Amino acid sequence: MSVLVFLESADDELSSQALTLARSLGDVRAVTVEGPYAPAGWAAAIVEAAGGDDIVGPGSDRGNEVLAHVAAQLDLPFAANVSEVRGDELTRIRWGGTLLEEAKLHSDRRLVTAAPFAFAPASGGEEVTVLSPFPGNGVEVVDHVAPDTGGKVSLADAKVVVSGGRGVGSAEGFAILEELAALLDAAVGCSRVVTSAGWRPHSDQVGQTGTKVSPDLYIACGISGATQHIAGCKGAKALLAINADREATIFAHADYAVIGDLHEIVPAITAELRKVKGS
Amino acid sequence: MTDSSSLPASARAVVVGAGIVGNSLAYHLARLGWRDLVLIDKGPLPNPGGSTGHASNFIFPVDHSKEMTQLTADSVRQYKEWGVFTESGGIEVARTEERMQELQRRMSSAKAWGIEGCEIITPARVKELVPYIEESVIVGGFYTQGVGIVDSLRFGTIAREKAQELGALQVFANTEVLGIDVAGGRVTGIRTTKGDVATDTIVVCCGVWAPKVARMAGASIPLTPAVHQMIDVGPVPHFKDTKGVIEFPIVRDMDTNMYERQDGSGLEVGSYAHRAILHDPEDIPSNEEAALSPTELPFTQEDFEKQMEDALELIPEVLNDESVGIKYAINGLLSLTPDGLPLLGETPEVKGLWSAAAVWVKEGPGVGKAMAEWMTHGESEIDLQSSDVARFYECQKSRANIRARAAEGFNKTYGIVHPTEQWESNRGVRLSPYYEREKALGAVFYEAAAWERPHWYASNEKLLEEFGDRINRREAEWESRWWSPIINAEHLAMRERAAMFDLTAFCIFDVIGPGALECVQTVSMRQMDVGHGKVVYTPVLSPSGTFKSDLTVMRLSDEHFRVVTGGAHGMADLKWYADHAPEGTTVIDLTSGWTTLGLWGPRSRDILASLTREDVSHAGFPFGTCRTIELDSLSVLASRISYVGELGWELYVPMEQGAKLWDMVWEAGQPHGIAPAGIGVYGTTGRLEKCYRAFGFELDADFTVVEAGMTPPKVKGADFIGKEAHLKHRDSDPVAILCTLTVDDHTSKSGQKRYMLGREPILARDGSRLVDSHGRGSYVTSAGAGPSIGKHILMAYLPPENASVGEELLVEYLGEQYPVTVQTNDATGVFDPENTRVRA
Amino acid sequence: MRILCCVKRVPITGGRMVLTADAQAIETKHLGFTISPHEECGVEEAVRIVEASGGEVVVLTLGPDEAAEQIRDCMAIGADRGIHLVSSEEWDAQATAGAIADAIRADSENTGPFDLIVFGNESADAGGYQVGIRVAYALGLPVVTGLKGLTIDGGRARCEQEVPGGRDVYDVPLPAVVTVKEGLNLPRYPSVPAKLRAKSKPLDARPLERPASRLEKLRLVVPEGSRKQAEILGEGPGAAQRVVEVMQQLGVA
Repeated sequence: MSVLVFLESADDELSSQALTLARSLGDVRAVTVEGPYAPAGWAAAIVEAAGGDDIVGPGSDRGNEVLAHVAAQLDLPFAANVSEVRGDELTRIRWGGTLLEEAKLHSDRRLVTAAPFAFAPASGGEEVTVLSPFPGNGVEVVDHVAPDTGGKVSLADAKVVVSGGRGVGSAEGFAILEELAALLDAAVGCSRVVTSAGWRPHSDQVGQTGTKVSPDLYIACGISGATQHIAGCKGAKALLAINADREATIFAHADYAVIGDLHEIVPAITAELRKVKGS
Repeated sequence: MTDSSSLPASARAVVVGAGIVGNSLAYHLARLGWRDLVLIDKGPLPNPGGSTGHASNFIFPVDHSKEMTQLTADSVRQYKEWGVFTESGGIEVARTEERMQELQRRMSSAKAWGIEGCEIITPARVKELVPYIEESVIVGGFYTQGVGIVDSLRFGTIAREKAQELGALQVFANTEVLGIDVAGGRVTGIRTTKGDVATDTIVVCCGVWAPKVARMAGASIPLTPAVHQMIDVGPVPHFKDTKGVIEFPIVRDMDTNMYERQDGSGLEVGSYAHRAILHDPEDIPSNEEAALSPTELPFTQEDFEKQMEDALELIPEVLNDESVGIKYAINGLLSLTPDGLPLLGETPEVKGLWSAAAVWVKEGPGVGKAMAEWMTHGESEIDLQSSDVARFYECQKSRANIRARAAEGFNKTYGIVHPTEQWESNRGVRLSPYYEREKALGAVFYEAAAWERPHWYASNEKLLEEFGDRINRREAEWESRWWSPIINAEHLAMRERAAMFDLTAFCIFDVIGPGALECVQTVSMRQMDVGHGKVVYTPVLSPSGTFKSDLTVMRLSDEHFRVVTGGAHGMADLKWYADHAPEGTTVIDLTSGWTTLGLWGPRSRDILASLTREDVSHAGFPFGTCRTIELDSLSVLASRISYVGELGWELYVPMEQGAKLWDMVWEAGQPHGIAPAGIGVYGTTGRLEKCYRAFGFELDADFTVVEAGMTPPKVKGADFIGKEAHLKHRDSDPVAILCTLTVDDHTSKSGQKRYMLGREPILARDGSRLVDSHGRGSYVTSAGAGPSIGKHILMAYLPPENASVGEELLVEYLGEQYPVTVQTNDATGVFDPENTRVRA
Repeated sequence: MRILCCVKRVPITGGRMVLTADAQAIETKHLGFTISPHEECGVEEAVRIVEASGGEVVVLTLGPDEAAEQIRDCMAIGADRGIHLVSSEEWDAQATAGAIADAIRADSENTGPFDLIVFGNESADAGGYQVGIRVAYALGLPVVTGLKGLTIDGGRARCEQEVPGGRDVYDVPLPAVVTVKEGLNLPRYPSVPAKLRAKSKPLDARPLERPASRLEKLRLVVPEGSRKQAEILGEGPGAAQRVVEVMQQLGVA
């Protein structure tokens, strides 16, 4: 069984995980595409390179988009974000990972993307063929804008995220989180409740429909742990939850816990950090 | 997750539910000296997700019920004490003239219960206070300055902290009840997801989950979870500059069963107008499953369509604004009971299992305090008797009845409810053996304790002609509702000749065994160690010497007493006797075993004599005695007492023989002109003319025996509950005196004759309230016709300085004042004051 | 501008997933319903564009009878009319896209073509990431996905797609298909009069037979909990010292 795996790059996490999945399905040929991003053109290149093989991609936005184009061009079923493949049956994630779907593919070929963090990173490298995109339908990136972060760390890249939920209470309440974040060179995140209330901009939202983060440490302050939020932060290496409710769902996903009022605890941590850093 | 501490192995008491009631109760128990208390809730703190957590948190102090008004006033006092009350003022607006009359009644109740800062206001004034209201759709309003909102969650947190500071309380969130252990009819422990606790006292304060928890112990807490809808809209331009949570008065749109209140920058709109949406306690989502909380359920848009239009009509300035969005909308869960009153007290099924459920935020702290007093002293400062969970009969506790009545009562939340208004749902449950006879006679049935009882008989219409203008007619619609002049005719027929009454709704229970005398002696005020065949009418006192009940006790033999009490409060009375029954004594409910037929009037002896060979003369069958006699072929327990002030008997036979008894008395009574008579006579006209007191009207936990004018000549030597207090009362001046008054002139400003129905304030001739030294205002405890004396009779407690015979006062009824005069200031009747008829 | 927004009725879940006894669906007896968060922003954006430049917003859904509620909700924030493809079954993404494309063609024949067709980037529940793209192919239209920014000007759409580190910009001619993400705008709440008006806006409902599924759902499974035993570092502000120690251990402080 021959499998084509589309990698976004040689070393990004999700592509590496896709490679692991691909290897489990058969003999792997790895490709990447160079050039300005144009999903239809990229997909067409992949379609040609794949021949009649199964096609695997990373469960990133781009990976899902490209594979969806592939599927549309081939008029074949496409299962996004699978966590397991067993022949023509597979398990894929729903609701950002809080529910699983077992499904059957009625197709000669499997087109799948790997659910983020459902697979281990691939051990050992792989020879990657670089494809050139086919001429697309004119839909291609013509510009790039970088948001004016004012020098702040971006949520997606941050090594530490200090995140606040309903428990913070108000927009002003985030001041203590920002103070702590500044000391840690961290980004400030929030839950969907916070953005819906207008306390923080959507760009700060961590969650199924917000940004998915994978920092070394995710500090969840006053966040209950609703499923769609967990979907956004389960990539964290370590999660510290601060909450007054001892039984909040967040604790089932946490490595470390502090019980109590975040309005007292967060400034205390900031103060302790200052002491330790001698500033 | 590991806990930092675990449940103790045992506790003095476990309170289940950390909403406004549980928190308040825990604090007051601690304050009264209880230690080793445990408070648990299956949700997190401070907001475990029950009804308290999403409540609209506003309080309107005025209610037609004295008890609820007192509880609310006490709650407001407690909220204010801890700084969590914000006054906003409130207005109940009327869209119809009919509602304006109801607002007058609110004003009346405000005066009767002493709630200050109330007035009837014009639409223009409403508009001044609430600028965003559309005054053209209203005809007036009832304004109460003291309306406000509270932070019920904060109150609860303070309550818990204070109890913890006293070292009296441990609190465990996220702890769910799995079971309750009961042995020998008493609580022995509680089992939870975090461990078991041995205890003999559990208080169920968990609102919509209460029936589920009570069932674990084999007890019943008869409420049903029900929805009331609320939405929140904003941001409201009118509220842009508001500092704090509320600056504008809260509006209750009574005719549409809705309210509108400011909530910071938003407006909360709530409704009690939709179809009754009832849930099951077993079917409430858990904290985890619920999107918001277990009692904030998904909004059903279709049930709110009409309400949106109604609200738009009243508040178009806000709601018609396209920039004001609907930000929050829920079907909120709260608890409803069959009669709309809370469920408080020890459950009759399981000792040690207490209920404090179906309580609103507006009376939460008051209930917490009163329950704690009840649990500590056996009684509470504020009378909770109409909310006693023991008041229900089995047939009223069925799921179907709870739901039917709750659904019917729900849309009356802001309704105009006539004091005598009857329920429609689930009728015809308890029928006496005379039912078919009564139906054939055109009985108009009212319900009491699920029994159908004739209130009057349509077939007695012919009596109206007979008694002509001795029959008082009523002109105005309100007091004519649920009433008939036929009642007065039946009364006159009784006074003239004789009448027969269906009294099957009496609650009858026997106290039997070696400890029976001790039991009745302890509970009853009057001497119970009397001869066999003696009938004693006695008050039943609380430890503080006020009334827990009044009833009659028949001594049938050395160790056998039969207690007969009014159906409405019977089950609570039974529990009280049973609670004080020594080992080996049985207290057994015989209500469904015996039927009672009342026969009273000057001809009653003749009628009875024609049926029996027994000597039923005055000497042969003295007043206040009972014995079994043969009436024709039936063996009948006859008891010679009277609640209507006439010669006559209560006749008791086994239920299945009732029809025959009715027929024989009816036949024997025909030549004497006997009339069937209903509760209109038995409960009102008959007793009012004799100034006989009624429990729940003149007799309640607010007044002493002495104040009620029922001081016996001697106090028995044997000990009884309330003896010490009563002795003190005998030695001190009464704070108020129960008087009987008559109305001098019924003519209203428009020239109509008006007739009071009860609970109106009594005022001095200058219009000022009469208030005794305990701050209690005078109000009409009972009102009704006195056909034999041609007067409308009122009873009221008056301050001693106003309680003289001949004192001229006023009664305020629907906004107008009418002159009244004190006729008696003791238990002397205004008709036949020498009691010649009774002792004939 | 004629804009079509495709939406999907999904339950509003809490902190825990509970399935029906046959494991075919989420147990929804205690749950309310909404449309996917991405789609809310899509509808809001469409309404804003039409408010500015005139035109019509049409909302389309493929779902059970009750999904009419979601169409009315969209009308309450400004959509003008609705198309309801009625089916109580669960459709896979391919079949869904086919039905939507058919409906769009049919509607276009009657009232003219749409300038813009808006989808959510992925649905909240199934999260297939493909319906919008497939519909674009079926209709022969360009498609840009994952939009956080959208500007319509002179018959062209300037699209900003969120990527790590910023946004990629596309410039496509209309008519086009776009899929959007939450964050594109902050959707409005419906006003009371808008809700009342929504009741009488036109809604065309027609039943559909579902074709055979090529990605056939067999059952749903609630994943096992992460089984983490969080280490409690302390309670209250006193835990700060321990927290900082852990931070140092993790190399972030």
